[in-house]
Amino acid sequence: MGGFLSYNTLVVLAGCTLLGLAAGTVGTFALLRGRALVADAVGHAALPGVAIAALIVATLGADPRALPPLLAGAAIAGLLGVLAVQGLTRTRRIREDAAIAIVLSSFYAAGVALLSWLQSLPGAAQAGLSKFILGQAAAMRAEDATLAAGVALACLALVLGAFQRLRAVAFDADFARMQGLRTDRTDLLLLGLIVLVCVSGLQAVGLILVVALLVLPAATARLLTHRLPRMLGLAAATGAVAGGAGAWLSATRPELPTGAAVVLVAALFLVAALLAAPGRGLIAQGVSTLRRRLNTETEHFLRAAWEAQEAAGAGPGTAGDRWAPIAAVAAARGWSRWKVRRLALWLSLRGLVARAEGHVHLTPRGAAAARRAVRAHRAVEHHLLAAGAADIGSADRLADLVEHGLPPEMAARLLPEPSTLPASPHALGRQP
Amino acid sequence: MSAPEPLSVTHLTVAYGERPAVWDVTWSAPPGLTAIVGPNGAGKSTLLKATLGLVPALSGTVRFFGRPLEEVRDRVGYLPQRASVDWDFPASALDVVCMARYPRMRWWGPVPRRHREAAREALVQVGMADFADRQIGKLSGGQQQRVFLARALAQDADLVLMDEPFAAVDAATEAAIVTVLRNLAARGRHVVAVHHDLGTVPEYFSHVLLLNARVFAAGPVKDVFTPENIGATYGARLALLEEARVGASAAGGG
Repeated sequence: MGGFLSYNTLVVLAGCTLLGLAAGTVGTFALLRGRALVADAVGHAALPGVAIAALIVATLGADPRALPPLLAGAAIAGLLGVLAVQGLTRTRRIREDAAIAIVLSSFYAAGVALLSWLQSLPGAAQAGLSKFILGQAAAMRAEDATLAAGVALACLALVLGAFQRLRAVAFDADFARMQGLRTDRTDLLLLGLIVLVCVSGLQAVGLILVVALLVLPAATARLLTHRLPRMLGLAAATGAVAGGAGAWLSATRPELPTGAAVVLVAALFLVAALLAAPGRGLIAQGVSTLRRRLNTETEHFLRAAWEAQEAAGAGPGTAGDRWAPIAAVAAARGWSRWKVRRLALWLSLRGLVARAEGHVHLTPRGAAAARRAVRAHRAVEHHLLAAGAADIGSADRLADLVEHGLPPEMAARLLPEPSTLPASPHALGRQP
Repeated sequence: MSAPEPLSVTHLTVAYGERPAVWDVTWSAPPGLTAIVGPNGAGKSTLLKATLGLVPALSGTVRFFGRPLEEVRDRVGYLPQRASVDWDFPASALDVVCMARYPRMRWWGPVPRRHREAAREALVQVGMADFADRQIGKLSGGQQQRVFLARALAQDADLVLMDEPFAAVDAATEAAIVTVLRNLAARGRHVVAVHHDLGTVPEYFSHVLLLNARVFAAGPVKDVFTPENIGATYGARLALLEEARVGASAAGGG
């Protein structure tokens, strides 16, 4: 592929982009309706259909490279595969996941056997058929790409049109059925769309990997948003970029199969979203977990410093103005020296304590925060004791667990008098 | 009253595999608020689902207002168990409630404004107006239950079948549901609810069906909700403590 900006290449690129767009939108509902594996079955089951269609075309003496009969064969075989899955499931002797695995592998095996047999025949019936397994967009002709693009656009229009129905069935099919909506028709529409996308993607992406184009962009979009319209848009965009970029990569490097390139780009998006998505991403969750833990430890440190002063005779209510030994904080919390020093450094950086010679002194801000922490802790402790839910030792430990996220209105209910600071129900100092 | 009963069931039998879950039930729900009560696995939910055609019945007939369901679907509403759907689904509370209006809309295109307004109104009735645009996964369990209740209300049906509306809800939600039940009854609507808390049956409902695969007793709460009938329905499965509670509430609240 020397001139990769040739007309043919441009058409192929556009076709793959549109295919990704349609796969993203259809895939969104396939994912939400739990049909991802069915899509995989459709893809694999298409292979014997392609082989048989090629055989028939060759027998009739027509052009074996003509795409429409091959795709029709693929669609029929894909649908038969889905029907076989449903039939097996309906016997109630085989569960759906097993049924999908059985159909997927059997149909694919039949396809591989048929292909080998076709290759042993004289003539050119098998020409290019193995391209359908892994996809080779470079082998597409302009009219093939136009066909794929047309199918993709039709899918897109149908998904957008039937949006409400697809959503109703995906969320609560029983309720929709109870209302008298024809959920079977909606499911059939979704299945038809899945078959259409799989079949139109056969030549570009290949039948093994076409399921990835349905699932990956939708899963990526799900990580990024909680809104279905936005999810549809993001899935469409991700699919389009993956389709276009994959086709372009494969066009510039013909040794790289298009299917693999498209799926790798889509997988890259998924990994990026999995790590970096705001809110649902692993990084965001890790950061928020870390921050929560740090806040908890900050409160524990401040309270321990406060109570160390109380234990040293500062009296409840007036503590907070003396130097407390860091070692006492470590002993009260059962923390290692290294950990308590690290926390003391962190708190001094945040301006909550001042440090000197192994002691900490609460700043006005730190004292206020410490007082809040002490109050919350003792409020929970007294509440647990009053409710008879715990004895003194376990009330302390239970309070450590629940006091941190306490919403203000609940703290106010537990401790109706905001100015008082109750005494600790247990002796202060080293924990048991 | 000459009007046909909101729901009547004759010789209804439902089986999962070999085991019958609902056995030859002949029963009709009178107007007003009716509870279906029975031990776990007694086929209460199955009975509701079978009347709605959601699980296949082996035999029997079901009539709503004297007609087959097909002819009166718009008069029947449904509140399924909260656990029956995936709450991580990307939808807002308002989206979910709008689903109640789908039979009145064309199959394509966005939700028309008047149906969205009806859905908002239903959210107001359950005290969830401020959460209309919240993603359903970010609601508490009780709030999710109220969204489901709003969806059932938005169906604007004459009879609402409720499957465990009070299961695992907070006090605010329980109060909201009770208010909704009483409003429905005051407006001449009917409710048939699977209910698990024996202690509140006399307070919330006027009629009761005691079910354990077959009908043990049915009628006005004050007549049939007796410790003997309940004991017979639950067999040995009713804990002593529960029995004492029921006895006390039946004596006090009947």
